Amino acid sequence: MAETVHLKGKDLLGMRALSPAETELILDTAGGFRDVLKRDIKKVPTLRGKTLVNLFFEPSTRTRTSFELAAKRLSTDVINFSVSMSSVAKGESLIDTAATIQALGADFVVIRHPASGVPHLLSRRLRASVINAGDGTNEHPTQALLDAFTIRERKGRVEGLRIAIVGDILHSRVARSNIHCLRSLGAEIRLIGPPTLIPGEFVQPGVQVFYSMDEGLEGADVVMMLRIQMERQDRGFFPTTDEYFRLWGLTRERLRLARPDAVVMHPGPMNRGIEIDSGVADSPQSVILEQVTNGIAVRMAVLYLLSGRPQEARV
Amino acid sequence: MKGSTGKDGGAGLNLIIRGGHIVDPSQGIDGIGDILVEEGRVRGIETEGSGFGAAEGGPYQVIDASGMYVLPGLIDMHVHLREPGFEHKETIRTGTMAAVRGGFTSVCCMPNTKPVNDNETVTEFILRKAYAESACYIYPVGAVTKGQDGEELAEMGMMREAGCVAFSDDGRPVMNSLLMRRALEYSKAFGVPIISHAEDLSLSSSGVMNEGPLSVELGLRGVPAEAEVIMIKRDIELAGLTGGRLHVAHVSTAGGIDALREAKKRGIAVTAETCPHYFTLTEEAVRDYNTDAKVNPPLRTERDVEAVKEGLADGTIDVIATDHAPHHRDEKLCEFDRAASGISGLETALPLSLRLVEEGVLTMGQLVLKMALTPAAILGIGRGTLKAGADADIVILDPRREFRVESERLLSLGKNTPFDGWLLKGAVLMTVVKGRLYRWDD
Amino acid sequence: MAKELFDSKDIDRTLTRMAHEILERNRGVEKLCLVGIQRGGVHLARRLAEKIAMIEGRETPVGALDIALYRDDLNIRREYPTVRKTEIDFEITDHVVVLVDDVLFTGRSIRAAMDALMDMGRPAKIELAVLIDRGHRELPIRADFVGKNVPTSLMERIEVELREEGGEDRVVLFSGGERDG
Repeated sequence: MAETVHLKGKDLLGMRALSPAETELILDTAGGFRDVLKRDIKKVPTLRGKTLVNLFFEPSTRTRTSFELAAKRLSTDVINFSVSMSSVAKGESLIDTAATIQALGADFVVIRHPASGVPHLLSRRLRASVINAGDGTNEHPTQALLDAFTIRERKGRVEGLRIAIVGDILHSRVARSNIHCLRSLGAEIRLIGPPTLIPGEFVQPGVQVFYSMDEGLEGADVVMMLRIQMERQDRGFFPTTDEYFRLWGLTRERLRLARPDAVVMHPGPMNRGIEIDSGVADSPQSVILEQVTNGIAVRMAVLYLLSGRPQEARV
Repeated sequence: MKGSTGKDGGAGLNLIIRGGHIVDPSQGIDGIGDILVEEGRVRGIETEGSGFGAAEGGPYQVIDASGMYVLPGLIDMHVHLREPGFEHKETIRTGTMAAVRGGFTSVCCMPNTKPVNDNETVTEFILRKAYAESACYIYPVGAVTKGQDGEELAEMGMMREAGCVAFSDDGRPVMNSLLMRRALEYSKAFGVPIISHAEDLSLSSSGVMNEGPLSVELGLRGVPAEAEVIMIKRDIELAGLTGGRLHVAHVSTAGGIDALREAKKRGIAVTAETCPHYFTLTEEAVRDYNTDAKVNPPLRTERDVEAVKEGLADGTIDVIATDHAPHHRDEKLCEFDRAASGISGLETALPLSLRLVEEGVLTMGQLVLKMALTPAAILGIGRGTLKAGADADIVILDPRREFRVESERLLSLGKNTPFDGWLLKGAVLMTVVKGRLYRWDD
Repeated sequence: MAKELFDSKDIDRTLTRMAHEILERNRGVEKLCLVGIQRGGVHLARRLAEKIAMIEGRETPVGALDIALYRDDLNIRREYPTVRKTEIDFEITDHVVVLVDDVLFTGRSIRAAMDALMDMGRPAKIELAVLIDRGHRELPIRADFVGKNVPTSLMERIEVELREEGGEDRVVLFSGGERDG
């Protein structure tokens, strides 16, 4: 009998809750699914008869599509349940939405919400596996997993790599999840950006902070750019996007400070000319499109490993 | 309702409470004795000799309080009763029943109702309602500014005449320093305190929990301790400038306590309160996005908790109040960012405070001072004492009895407590107030 | 109770014979490949390919197939199996594919393997080679090449241990064990 695998919890709420062994397991399993995606027939019957609900309180075409494709590749049915913020504003309660989903009989609920902690609230009220697809400024675990997977594919390992994460760390769930994930896999992490967007609390063993882009990029194996949200400018975190690009934008010249074989990543969608120069985004060093493909494999692995959990209710 | 009235209510209550450990700092009493209540008033206390044996057989109900503490009824100077306007959260009836259940015989109700208690009509409504329905005595706190909007002074004088005992824009700070100065100056005419909700709104911004490593980790917007400290310091300076009486509500930070200690040394007329959650819980209570632990000011760090205890012990903090802030279930069962702030605190405050006595932070006498006599003094109400002639506001407490907090069984409509499931020691057995005896036999 | 059915010499001899049989059956076939089922089958497929190379001097492509995603028992299993790599980096369409597994039992793994292969291409023909056939089929599946037929009871358990996994080559029959799929 082949050995069995599963994640410890019912849900994937964040990288914070995963052990390094669980992270490795997801990445290893994703390798098997990556193979499936390379074939002509990109579908396997593995999770037939299961239902996934995409519950998105924030528009996000790429993450939603990625989960949708991951589910469909596993023969799982998908329901897209986009809740416009207008109906939330009308007072539709999260709890009512959760009850509706429970009644729909979902096996997986993939949730994206502008408030931190909402997946945690839902997970306590749903029998289904809750997968956090981004909650407020808390976490976005599958993005971190696909980033780690991409780095492993390109570099063969994560341990010992110098990984620079550049931009709005304070408001980034991608950064939070990546810091947990990459640190637990043994990477050396450098956070780069304006001091208003990197609270000192981020400094911990294995994590350094640089306010100078040039100093921070030195010798980096991986440069991970974060999206700068325009409204941050309005709220006074930095004066103008022009100044931001001058000081923290990734240009070809700057990229030369990193290792010659450094790869450039971005979770998308990119602001060309604000955090990243087009020349860099489209260069051979950029793995941005690979990240998209790998995202499907990683999400397939997560669905598989959450399903494989021993459940008393199952026959 | 769990409470039962013994004898017929009203002024006709005649009691002998026998053999309890009486603690009444107003008379320096801390020992075993009997209390005689006649016609709803304390007739006297006998701590030596035969007690009131002679009265036995008369029209007196006799209560054996041996092994129990017998204390003056507690006074909570910071309660949100929500009525008028938010009766789905709490009413004057349910809020005061919760108070009496928790050992309180008088409460101050904050003005952030709908309409705001910013004029004598609302004050009169509350007091009329209180007369008819309240289980305990109610002392309204009026708004400092009209609509609590922080722009124009409210009619403090007329509200004072109608029965307000203090003024506060609680829930919102008076951000305009000039206006706060005027309030502190103007209130001198009536000798009442201005209660400051100390929070620099521009600094706390849209924060929902204490700012620090945990808020960064949880991805929740933080409120720095400095948002409170800066405002406490501003208000202290304004109190110094004006000579007005300042009372600082719900102090939660080490920095705020340091500032208060300094101010008291300088002789500035400032008093301060804290709440049980600030000396019992840290920000860790919100770790699982537990909205029942969302409160304003937010729960702080271990260091702040220690500072609050020190502040209580050395007298920097004069009062323990609850900031009882009941909310409807729906207002808590939602996104942490959107959840209402506040803890339903009346029914857990006394046992949580008794932990301070157990830990040696306070003596029992100091605890009674901070929960009864001092608030009465700050508010200028003749309560918090068991002196002969005073209304019989009495609480009988079993310091050894343990009970499990069950939020669903609270008498308050607000079931929002972070102490749900906690095993607490120190149960209120009986409360005497407004000429009634409530027995809590469960 | 454990009983050794094969030692390393037996295994080697049997594989040599099976290689001969595969070649004989596929005389004249140009597009022949071996696909082992993870994990034991993969090692056996590689060894068969080596034997074929020694006998005829021809290179036969060898692939590895993981069937976890195609199992028919995922809905009733309490836990899911590890997903291993499928590595078939050659075209299988129009090839004769010899599926290789260590033990043939219920036939369900072979059904899953065939489904997986079909999703990767359209082989000209699929043949099945197993080291041990222990009987108890639950599906209409039969092996083309069998190392040894071992009649067993359902209470018995067969383990094929291979040096690639770090041990010694041997096949052991345990009595009173549990079903091993």
